[in-house]
Amino acid sequence: MNVALAKTGTGRAVSDLFTSAEGRLPGSPAVIAVRRQAFETYERLGLPHRRLEEWKYTDLRALVGEVLPLAATPDAAALSRAAEAVKAHGFAGARKLVLVDGMFAADLSDVKALASEVSVKTLRETLEKESGDLLATASTDAMISLNAAMATDGVVVSIADGAQLSAPIQIIHIATAASASAFTRSQLRIGNGVRATIIESFVAAGAAAYQVNDAVLVTIGDNADVAHIRLMDDAPDAVNITSEIITVGANTKLNFFNMTTGGAVSRLQGFITLAGEGSELAVNGVNLLKKTEHGDSTLVVDHAVPHCTSREIFRAVIDDRAHSVFQGRIIVRPDAQKTDGKMMTRALLLSDEAEADNKPELEIFADDVSCGHGATAGALDDSLLFYLRARGLPEKDAQALLIQAFVGEAIEQIADDDLREHVIGIAERWLERRS
Amino acid sequence: MPAVQETVERVKRIDVDQYRYGFETLIDSEKAPKGLSEDIVKFISGKKNEPAWMLQWRLEAYRRWLTMTEPTWARVEYPKIDFQDIYYYAAPKPKKTVSSLDEIDPEILKTYEKLGIPLREVAMLEGVEPKPGEEDPARRKIAVDAVFDSVSVATTFKAELKKAGVIFMPISEAIREHPELVQKYLGSVVPTSDNFYATLNSAVFSDGSFVYVPPGVRCPMELSTYFRINERNTGQFERTLIIADKGSYVSYLEGCTAPQRDENQLHAAVVELVALDDAEIKYSTVQNWYPGNSEGKGGIYNFVTKRGDCRGNHSKISWTQVETGSAITWKYPSCILRGDNSSGEFYSIAISNGFQQVDSGTKMIHLGKNTSSRIISKGIAAGKSQNTYRGLVTAHRKATGARNFTACDSLLIGDKCGAHTVPYIEAKNSSATFEHEATTSKISEDVLFYCVQRGLSQEEAVGLVVNGFVKDVLQQLPMEFAVEAQKLISISLEGSVG
Amino acid sequence: MALLEVKDLKVRVEEREILHGLTLTVNEGEVHAIMGPNGSGKSTLSHVIAGKPGYEVTDGQILFKGEDLLEMDPEERAAKGVFLAFQYPVEIPGVATMNFLRTALNAQRKARGESEYSTPDFLKKVREVSKSLNIPQDMLKRGVNVGFSGGEKKRNEVLQMALFEPSLCILDEMDSGLDIDALRIAADGVNALRSPKRAMVVITHYQRLLNYIVPDFVHVMSKGRVVKSGDKQLALELEESGYTQFEDAA
Repeated sequence: MNVALAKTGTGRAVSDLFTSAEGRLPGSPAVIAVRRQAFETYERLGLPHRRLEEWKYTDLRALVGEVLPLAATPDAAALSRAAEAVKAHGFAGARKLVLVDGMFAADLSDVKALASEVSVKTLRETLEKESGDLLATASTDAMISLNAAMATDGVVVSIADGAQLSAPIQIIHIATAASASAFTRSQLRIGNGVRATIIESFVAAGAAAYQVNDAVLVTIGDNADVAHIRLMDDAPDAVNITSEIITVGANTKLNFFNMTTGGAVSRLQGFITLAGEGSELAVNGVNLLKKTEHGDSTLVVDHAVPHCTSREIFRAVIDDRAHSVFQGRIIVRPDAQKTDGKMMTRALLLSDEAEADNKPELEIFADDVSCGHGATAGALDDSLLFYLRARGLPEKDAQALLIQAFVGEAIEQIADDDLREHVIGIAERWLERRS
Repeated sequence: MPAVQETVERVKRIDVDQYRYGFETLIDSEKAPKGLSEDIVKFISGKKNEPAWMLQWRLEAYRRWLTMTEPTWARVEYPKIDFQDIYYYAAPKPKKTVSSLDEIDPEILKTYEKLGIPLREVAMLEGVEPKPGEEDPARRKIAVDAVFDSVSVATTFKAELKKAGVIFMPISEAIREHPELVQKYLGSVVPTSDNFYATLNSAVFSDGSFVYVPPGVRCPMELSTYFRINERNTGQFERTLIIADKGSYVSYLEGCTAPQRDENQLHAAVVELVALDDAEIKYSTVQNWYPGNSEGKGGIYNFVTKRGDCRGNHSKISWTQVETGSAITWKYPSCILRGDNSSGEFYSIAISNGFQQVDSGTKMIHLGKNTSSRIISKGIAAGKSQNTYRGLVTAHRKATGARNFTACDSLLIGDKCGAHTVPYIEAKNSSATFEHEATTSKISEDVLFYCVQRGLSQEEAVGLVVNGFVKDVLQQLPMEFAVEAQKLISISLEGSVG
Repeated sequence: MALLEVKDLKVRVEEREILHGLTLTVNEGEVHAIMGPNGSGKSTLSHVIAGKPGYEVTDGQILFKGEDLLEMDPEERAAKGVFLAFQYPVEIPGVATMNFLRTALNAQRKARGESEYSTPDFLKKVREVSKSLNIPQDMLKRGVNVGFSGGEKKRNEVLQMALFEPSLCILDEMDSGLDIDALRIAADGVNALRSPKRAMVVITHYQRLLNYIVPDFVHVMSKGRVVKSGDKQLALELEESGYTQFEDAA
């Protein structure tokens, strides 16, 4: 491949995109200057490619090629399709915050029903009335820079100290516009002692071949107990590159879960920093992939302080010619003594043309630690299949049962019964579509 | 002597901080001018009386090298190397043509004696009790090829090997005497264009060992090469090529040392192994290049490309390495499992102390059906060192039934060092079965206390634990090397407990 | 009509012939013991009857209720009433035993065109059977056989036998790895399932098991063939004289 050519081609497409989108991007002239800078960073780097270590297995130049133009602001027809999608994909009892084609849809959202300790603003109004701070991150990732340049909207959620939320908050991203891009950036500020569940879902309402670039900045205070569940259930030909940058305080429990069940190209890149002592992190994930889908979960857990625990369980089920990528890195900083970090990733290949790439890394700078990882890849165990068939289960059913058990090890980490059932339901629908 | 007691004994005998191979030998030598150019390549080729095809091969590599850039992906940091500030050829000046050991410069022989490598044709079993049932003296013999700076100075047991049909000689001789074998296999595993350092080596390599084991022959003794860098400012670029023809077996050992010097010296070797049908090659390395002083000054940059090609069905290649030296180590002895039912193994102990940086591991590339591989890696980081395991296991579409087992464990001694694990695990067909596990931990305080309470010093206790930690790999080494390696491990960890 | 007819069966595993023409007829209500030294092909026979992949039948046939068993998938055989109690029951992490029992039972019923069990009926039935086998309820909540002791695994096999009500039970080395008490519990469970409609094939190396499950017929296998058949007396003789006498006969 001629990289130089591809880069120029891609660069030009985005350049046009930025110039033509500039009038629609919210923010004061100062904010636009920040965006321009972020865009220049992106343009210098171009779309990530396989020679970048972090993107080794997800070469966006080859897989995606170009970034599509911004989606139009959704019209009434789009909003009514989105309303149907909210019904179909909403989690019962959750307070919904809906983003349609990259724009906050107030009428579809339950802002008024939120608990009094929760405040919600849009990214748009924050950028216009306050500052461009939310566009800045320490990241050098090209896709996060592109997000900062292009983000049209998002939700800025603050949960006050001590809030005990009985109803989950669900942020739903809905794509209604085909062959267009949505850029969203959100912030979740979760105070001390908060107990909350936050769901983030990505779905399509009739749209095809769309692209999503989402970034979420999360800060969690001390003594909190937070579940953050992400469901990437995009249209089969969609592209979804989503980044989460999370900072966790002291003595906090965070249960992070992501499941990818669709999309031509999906990547979740999560950067979780344990910045306060005594915290417990659970990071779990499932990739269910078929056809020629490409699903990438890249998760960096950074133990910046002593006495934290992290546990990661990742499962991939890969059929047809699909390609699953898991890159998990545990970093233990020089002073982060007494760190206990474990990671287990397993891939189940259902077809001879499926591919699983696992890169479980340990990067350890402190000696008094206990860290480890394991990785396996292989097919369904023939002896288990035979046992089940000898007990009367048809082959497909026997496979389905074993697949459910396989991904169940990750899904069962979700503590809330209803939410867990909801996630299992999505996994079951994937299995049904398979057979 | 039981292993534990032996360890303690050995630890006791260690002097405080000493790289005991750090002396320099004063001999006359002949050097090419500093720097690299086509003329230098021609000079080296001319010195070796090489045929035209060999010079052509080198020049192509050199031209290719000019277009390449140094790799930066490894977790190692060092100032940019000035490739024009290195001597690419240095040879002990021969008094006359060497035809027997007696004619070698006695200073060089003394050097090897100091290193514990007798070039006289005797078994090198000093101080080691043979195991019961292993009395046969022929089994204990080790043929040695000694490479001093860039040239091979002596090869022992030539006659006996010749009787068995085994060719073991400096590669410079092999190029002249067995051109058909060299032309067929040289660069067939590590192509001249493979990577920056391998390409550089292809252009300027001056010597190294060549081994050919004919079909059905089990090589009657261990083969061994000792590499010694002596000259100042020289790079060492040796090239080793081992071919095990159908149904043959060979075990090969290499050891490396260098004098203590303040400047960094470059060592960029290439090792190619070819195993044909049903053949087996066992390749063991004890690498003890000068690691630099306690402030991180000096030491060898060890940028080495080692690769084995299991070209035949049912072939096997096994790498064992004990890496204790060098300021920077960048090496990944790999196996291309091309033949059906072929297998590859990688056993590694990598120890870093002081300011050493290690980025080492392996690649197991499964191409053939029912191929299997096994990786056991033990990394120990102490002092202010950084120790990275980097390994690739990949099974291609057609490599049905491929299996891999990987276990990489790291041990940290002290809180100023780093231990890292970077595995790449790529399964491209559903019948491949991969299992990988890795752990990082420190020496248990409880164990140390237990040992100390029973009268061991801290250092002895650490030595004990470390020896247990690396036992699985040490067992893979031929016995003579295992003892030497155990000694080295203790020395390398000197001063790591404080 | 015979329930199971194995006629001149020849079986290969990876190019090596294990069964060299084995013939065996089992009628309803009968209990047959198959004895023989290690490597005589006992377990191969049980696997081939149940349809385990990896065995190549090169000659002969197996009829079950007059139908060609070799043409059927393993799950079809199960639905027709063939039950293999495994020598080494596999562990299936993540699949709760209760869920597994119900899924399997309903799959068999569905294949036979019967209605699925209602939840209360199913639970009642499981409770009854597990109680008689001394299987604690919490064991049913765990993954299939995960963390079970040897005895618990075998009891779980008997539990399934009782639930699925097969017409042919093949017990492959049921006594392996069991102490005397565990063996007695499992054997009592099996004996309770003996009926005029149900046949059993008990595969064992040792006579010990046959003290608990008393057979009507005993067959001695050696080197892939049945070399001698008789009544339960034969098992006792074997206990005295060992298998060596048959090694040459085969």
